[in-house]
Amino acid sequence: MVEPSVPRHAGSAVSDGAVLRSSPRAPHVGGGPSGGHRRVVITPPRRFPLPHIGRLWEAREVFLRFAARDITLRYRQTALGVIWVVLQPLLGALVLTFVFHGVAKLPTSSVPAFAFTFPAMLAWNAFSTVSTSGSSSLVRNRDLVSKVYFPRMLVPLSTCGSASLDMLVSLVFMAGIMAYYGIVPNVSLILLPVWILVTFMFASGITLIASALMVNYRDIQYIVPFALGILVFASPIAYAVPTHYRIFYLVNPLTWIFEELRWSLIGTPAPSTLLVALSLVVPLAVFLIGAMLFEQFERGFADYI
Amino acid sequence: MVIVSSDAAVSVSRLSKTYRILDVDQRPVTTAEAVLRRVRHPLRRPARVRLKALDDVSFAVSWGQIVGIVGRNGAGKSTLLKILTRITAPTAGRVELGGRVGSLLEVGTGFHPELTGRENVYLNGTLLGMRKKEIDRRFDEMVEFAGVAKFLDTQVKRFSTGMYIRLAFGVAAHLESEILAVDEVLAVGDAEFQAKCQRKMREVAQSGRLVFLVSHQIQTVTSLATCALYLERGRLQYEGGVAEVLDVYKRSFEVPTQESLEAAMRPGVGTARFGQVTPDKNAYDAAEEKVISFSVNVSPGLTERLCVICVINDENRMPVVLCDSRLIDFWIKPSESVKAVMSLRTPWLKPGTYSVDMVLRGADLVDEWSACCSFQVLSVLPYPVATSRWATSVGVALADFTYERG
Repeated sequence: MVEPSVPRHAGSAVSDGAVLRSSPRAPHVGGGPSGGHRRVVITPPRRFPLPHIGRLWEAREVFLRFAARDITLRYRQTALGVIWVVLQPLLGALVLTFVFHGVAKLPTSSVPAFAFTFPAMLAWNAFSTVSTSGSSSLVRNRDLVSKVYFPRMLVPLSTCGSASLDMLVSLVFMAGIMAYYGIVPNVSLILLPVWILVTFMFASGITLIASALMVNYRDIQYIVPFALGILVFASPIAYAVPTHYRIFYLVNPLTWIFEELRWSLIGTPAPSTLLVALSLVVPLAVFLIGAMLFEQFERGFADYI
Repeated sequence: MVIVSSDAAVSVSRLSKTYRILDVDQRPVTTAEAVLRRVRHPLRRPARVRLKALDDVSFAVSWGQIVGIVGRNGAGKSTLLKILTRITAPTAGRVELGGRVGSLLEVGTGFHPELTGRENVYLNGTLLGMRKKEIDRRFDEMVEFAGVAKFLDTQVKRFSTGMYIRLAFGVAAHLESEILAVDEVLAVGDAEFQAKCQRKMREVAQSGRLVFLVSHQIQTVTSLATCALYLERGRLQYEGGVAEVLDVYKRSFEVPTQESLEAAMRPGVGTARFGQVTPDKNAYDAAEEKVISFSVNVSPGLTERLCVICVINDENRMPVVLCDSRLIDFWIKPSESVKAVMSLRTPWLKPGTYSVDMVLRGADLVDEWSACCSFQVLSVLPYPVATSRWATSVGVALADFTYERG
């Protein structure tokens, strides 16, 4: 029996609750809720909530729809359409190769400059796409965040969708470059999926942190492009890690990923075991920290955005 | 305390939600001041005050109902729906839901103008919690409900507002969630479409599910709801049958509430506030000129001129007339606290009780005082002949008319 609550201001306002209590129909009448339905309990957020994997999995279609929407929107009403997918990384790599190799004459070991730049370019593009569009994604989708419920983490994470498409296309392109220069990769090629996964994990971690913070601190929208603008030159995309300021490059997780990608794709010397180990642990840690921080902020999003 | 029962569709116990909002008195008035303050204390966040949007609310409802939630602006209706739909988290308390909650808080949320109708149906449906299979199965129904079959592959930015809303409601109305939360959506669309939506909501309730309905339109609640909750300043003041709840709601407009008497508690940015609003008489004849005197206290922070809007509502809180001072070029100027009068000559109001809402607007809403005063119109009619009641009961106001032989 449902016990109706008694209004706290008693007196004439006390309802008999009859209407609320009496249900003329059983709840299981045709098309209605089936008895087996899971009850949902809503309580105030705990202090350090962990991401709810089950809920994320349940909403996986939201992730896919968002990713599909991003991809569709990117090329709708463009004259060149899908050609942009190929053109963007190509032009990016050409410019960087030209600047660092053609103009600044920085060494790129023994490999042809363009083939040297492209593997790093793959990872850089994924990283910068995810962190640029991911960090502002919650604010851009303010309507959704304040009007509908779904695991909000899917909004920044779904930017990985269109970035993966770019990555896939670029990989095909990379194969073409390798064929052109006659580069035969060694066995480390089988590790390629690991490096790609690590790239996305690192980028996702950063973007989770940035997007959660941006809800409260719009300062982030100025910091992210600025930081990326510095990183594109400060990371060894189109040049080999220089001997001076070496430590400065070695603390940059992107350097580790670039080195590993070049190792797997164009057969440059293997990075040290320490770097490989770090590149597996650090992105995972960044991702977990990002997920936890995001979850911590998530339930306040609708109130602050 | 509420005994949580497992056969209640929704049970809410001791639910509270506190917002921290900027303190009005501490708000910087000029840009220069804001910058200066930020430079002096770069990291200090402005002082905030607590606002209880929901305060210790408990209730339980069973399946098969349409629950109307009524209350004035800022009473916590939307906050309650937002918690039920998990958009925002409660500060304290507990909610138990007997199934999935579908929300229709704003029609077309998640619609993207660049996507086609079909793409949007899938995107929106997924966001509202439907699986692809469910959408596939009900796709034709949704499109038929919305009547936009021909334009499915057109980008929705090329849709008319009506089509857009119909399609959005079509998706949401076919949600198969056990609980449906609806906020003010019925205010849109034409009469035929509104009737369609109302039918749909009844169907949902009749199939044994549960609908929560927030509306400012009393008619919507009266015609649809099977029971109602009345919220006042975040507290659940009354729950029960629709008629009783609406009665309490209407009566609340007869006396200005504590909330609206405290100017700071009213909506609006508060750079100017109404001081006093009083009709010059408590009761008027139908054709008599009604005069409402008011004062406006202007704070030094006011930089723009403001217009005054006065709304006269009948007993059902239906606006009868709206007097916007912009129409006659009357303005409240900065740094000028004034006393003024609003005189209403036509239309002749029908006998009954009327409540007055006063609004001050600049670029933003500055002050909104609902039901700040009320007056009676006596059945002293302006016509020379008294005839059947029917002759003066139809229509919203009395007319000043003549019949002449031509």
